[in-house]
Amino acid sequence: MDFGTLGFAVLAIVGVPAVTVLYILATEWLVRGLPERRRATIRPWLWLLPAFAFLGVYLIYPMIQTAILSVMDRRSESFVGFDNYLGLFGNDSFWLTIANTAMWLVLFTGIVIVIGLIVAVLTDRVRYETGVKALIFIPMAISFVAAGVIWGFMYEFDPDIGTLNAGLATVGAEPQSWLTEWPRNTVMLIIVGIWMWVGFAMVILSAGLKGISTELLEAARIDGATELQVFFRIILPLLAPTIAVVGTTIVITALKTFDIVFVMTSGNFDTEVIASLFYRARFINGDVGSASAVAVILLLAIIPVMLINIRRFQQQEAMR
Amino acid sequence: MTVPIGAPADAEVDAPARPVAIAGRRPWTGRLGLHLTLAIISIVWLLPTISLLISSFRPEAATNTTGWWTAFTLPFEFTVQNYLDVLSRNNMGTSFLNSLLITIPATVIPIMVAAFAAFAFSWMNFPGRNVLFVLVVGLLVIPLQATLIPVLQFSVDLGIVGSFPAVWLAHTGFGLPFGIFLLRNFFGSMPREMFESAFIDGASPTTAFFRLAMPLAVPAIASLVIFQFMWVWNDLLVALVLVGGFPQVAPMPVTIANLVDSLGRNWHLLTSAAFISMLLPLFVFFALQRYFVRGILGGSVKG
Repeated sequence: MDFGTLGFAVLAIVGVPAVTVLYILATEWLVRGLPERRRATIRPWLWLLPAFAFLGVYLIYPMIQTAILSVMDRRSESFVGFDNYLGLFGNDSFWLTIANTAMWLVLFTGIVIVIGLIVAVLTDRVRYETGVKALIFIPMAISFVAAGVIWGFMYEFDPDIGTLNAGLATVGAEPQSWLTEWPRNTVMLIIVGIWMWVGFAMVILSAGLKGISTELLEAARIDGATELQVFFRIILPLLAPTIAVVGTTIVITALKTFDIVFVMTSGNFDTEVIASLFYRARFINGDVGSASAVAVILLLAIIPVMLINIRRFQQQEAMR
Repeated sequence: MTVPIGAPADAEVDAPARPVAIAGRRPWTGRLGLHLTLAIISIVWLLPTISLLISSFRPEAATNTTGWWTAFTLPFEFTVQNYLDVLSRNNMGTSFLNSLLITIPATVIPIMVAAFAAFAFSWMNFPGRNVLFVLVVGLLVIPLQATLIPVLQFSVDLGIVGSFPAVWLAHTGFGLPFGIFLLRNFFGSMPREMFESAFIDGASPTTAFFRLAMPLAVPAIASLVIFQFMWVWNDLLVALVLVGGFPQVAPMPVTIANLVDSLGRNWHLLTSAAFISMLLPLFVFFALQRYFVRGILGGSVKG
């Protein structure tokens, strides 16, 4: 590393945080001459200014702009109405993308919650709880790209290298090409996502589980309830709100899935999902209009989750 | 970044196990199924990572012709050559530094900016406070894809594409709603009397912020650091779009994605590259994990 790079590194790591601190100190200096009443009126806006500048520039303006671009042609030069949307709807590969995204939504969300719940309930009963939980959480810290490499290695066709095909070989089965046949390939990609996200569901669900009183469960057991009855009649209903919380987060993750597909199949072999279709439309086909239409469709799909989130937030505020 | 709103408090990966209610009442063999199930799940979850780790230390010829599970048969052959190769020849050394130079400012800026806004939302009065905060909650779920085309466009117009600041600023924008939401819940749950008496004693809002609010919010800030750090460090999409065409500033996920394309089945290099990229987030997570969920949820549910 030469001195130019080193200088930049120092500037980036020390200078950038310093600028943010200086800003907020400067706001107090800025309002110092004003009477206290005026200060109290102006001050909050100065504290909010940087955040809302970023939100405006990086989220709100681009969303509006994307909606506008979605009714323009591929070079954003002329207005084409809903042609981009109609173009998508008239294309079979778009519906395949929707089918794949639906598979992600159902299988990914469902299985992550079920396994997360099973692990949370089972680890609650053993002394080595911490170890198992840490181990299952590890994939959460790994990038989708690294996970793609890991699982590419697991799914490798050559039974001398690929773990899965080696497993098949030991029971005498033919090696499989896991990532080339639809719909199996999408399921194999979903498995990678499940491996990464179960840790998240487990941690939150486990927290919910600890909130259920031990006395209640013990009372049911003493009254003769079987473990399955305890789970389905007591634990599950009491955990429902927590499951809903985990569910909304996982649903959003499923809708936004991009990296796993991009790294493992590049969307080939009919594995495309909405988020990777967006990337292909914009950065491979260079069609801004169509890519924006895909982005708007994704946004519309997420709006119900947004409304649920806002409602849950307002209910919580009411209880504060 | 998405966030669980309304999840229970006090979850930690290393939460102390509560007394095992049914232990001892049943014979050990009755619990065999339980232990067996957990053992199988643990092995299944660990196997992919273990295979990566072992393969990354095996010689090229061995990794590309025999399975990683044969590594423990004679002759034992292990090497760090793959790591040396991938760091020097495949741009991974530079990418590691780039990842650091992207991730540190892109973690610090949004947390500071979010903290200012969260403090205003919690302890200052202004018209439209609730409406603006509901807007922030709504923005929590916005997918990157819905904003990326215009963001790329104005980054090109500003001439910052292919530079670190382009990525810093974008990650700040995308990470803010989560940061504001989390810190506002945390600041908001601090005792009102504490701030009131500080203000009566003549403390300015900046003093209250730096001396009271921030030090007390350490658990929330630590969990924000974990989230934002992992999110930026592991991000592929934003980096690909804003600096993807510039190998000299590209972070590791972009470089590894390129390696997957160009190296195909050179598993000895891919596995070591992937492992290098996992090291730091794993370290950050295990260093700060005791704050992980407690920080996120501590403010939203009192308990």
